Amino acid sequence: MFRKLTITIIYIFLLAFHANAGSDGELVLKKDQPEKIKDCFENLNRATFAFNQGLDKALIKPIAKGYKNLPDPIQKGTSNAARNLSNLITIPNNILQGDIKTAIINTGRLVVNTTAGLLGTIDVANKMGFPKYEKEDYGQTLGVWGVGPGCYLVLPVFGPSTIRDTAGSFVNVMGGDPGYNVSVHGNNEFLGEGVFIASKALSGIDFRSNNLDSFDNLEKNSIDFYASLRSLYLQDRENKIKNNQRGRIQVIYEDEEDWEEIDNK
Amino acid sequence: MKKFLIIILFFNLIYTHTYSIEPEVFVQSTVNKASQVLSKSISKEEKMNGLKIIAKETVDITGIGFYSLGSTRKNLDDTQKRIYFDLFENYFLKSFSSRLAEYTNPKIEVQSKKILNKNYTIVNSVLVGTSERPEVKIDWRIYTKKPDNPLIRDLIIEGLSLARTQKEEFASILNSNDGDIKALFKTLENFTKN
Repeated sequence: MFRKLTITIIYIFLLAFHANAGSDGELVLKKDQPEKIKDCFENLNRATFAFNQGLDKALIKPIAKGYKNLPDPIQKGTSNAARNLSNLITIPNNILQGDIKTAIINTGRLVVNTTAGLLGTIDVANKMGFPKYEKEDYGQTLGVWGVGPGCYLVLPVFGPSTIRDTAGSFVNVMGGDPGYNVSVHGNNEFLGEGVFIASKALSGIDFRSNNLDSFDNLEKNSIDFYASLRSLYLQDRENKIKNNQRGRIQVIYEDEEDWEEIDNK
Repeated sequence: MKKFLIIILFFNLIYTHTYSIEPEVFVQSTVNKASQVLSKSISKEEKMNGLKIIAKETVDITGIGFYSLGSTRKNLDDTQKRIYFDLFENYFLKSFSSRLAEYTNPKIEVQSKKILNKNYTIVNSVLVGTSERPEVKIDWRIYTKKPDNPLIRDLIIEGLSLARTQKEEFASILNSNDGDIKALFKTLENFTKN
């Protein structure tokens, strides 16, 4: 308990520190414009990135390739079940972001898919015409509340993040993820920490297997793979926080004046 | 005199309207040309060569090259600019064609467009999903300053801008080498050679 508390205090400190960093004159905090996110720990991040790549090549990618060879219904069922479980984090975040309507829809989706959809393995709600599901997390909620991303981070195993998103992930194990609470602290005979970890690992493998070709392609065609992934991660988070289905042009071109200057040459 | 005026008016109409190409038509036509290349039973290298020809005609490689350099472009002398653009064009064409050559017979459907201003139109399209891959949203940023010769300036895939990603990659290389443009030249050269 003391360890968790210490970690949380450190993260809150880091978060608060970086959330206020916009006033130092270096960051651009105009409305609708993304912040220039600093890679404060680049050397450490690159080392962690290299470690993650090694881990991926040695373990995660081979498992993901094996998973890709499983029959389609098994892959689809696993993917659906992982998405269904993610509702447990999405729903409280819908509420925290003030989106009660979506919270109600997602609660309906969770109930329908968990029961009629055989523990979420079949996406019955989608067939019934529920609106498209969009995952939400505590990092996004902090972003919606106006908390800045802080520095870019690469976490061992988990990969790209920011101080804000990492703090958001900690909320999950501090009581924000009902799945974690029931599995780890639920004191029941069916679920345990192992089940929780296995479900998260399976979700990660499912994601990796769906992106085998795109990651290979990106790596092969990048002159700095680390910088490519950093850019893509940060763009994706901006879009998710602003709930952009398609990137808004002012978000994408934070430096539109660059194009204007080129045009005027 | 009346006939003469009609002829003048006719030529004027031709010049101002006939040759302007609607951005969505331009995108669909470009995609169709690329699909033709990709669906042929030829080697990957031949496909890449076909795609390079299409890219040279339809992409604003010079504009993207300037944009990718960020503020560093202001510090280059004419010789450095010349070296950079030679290297950048080779890098861009290889990177672009190599990414696309992985797809066999992709089906892209143009859905809508949004005119941002006289210089830019965003064309929305989707790469139709298959049993192997999900549907992918692709938006094209088309530079329309010359309506008779629209050019692609960016591809935005599921909200992620390729131009921005490339610019941040270049910035990372320059930052890691104290802004030394030669380091970027070397990286681009190595990429093209390998």
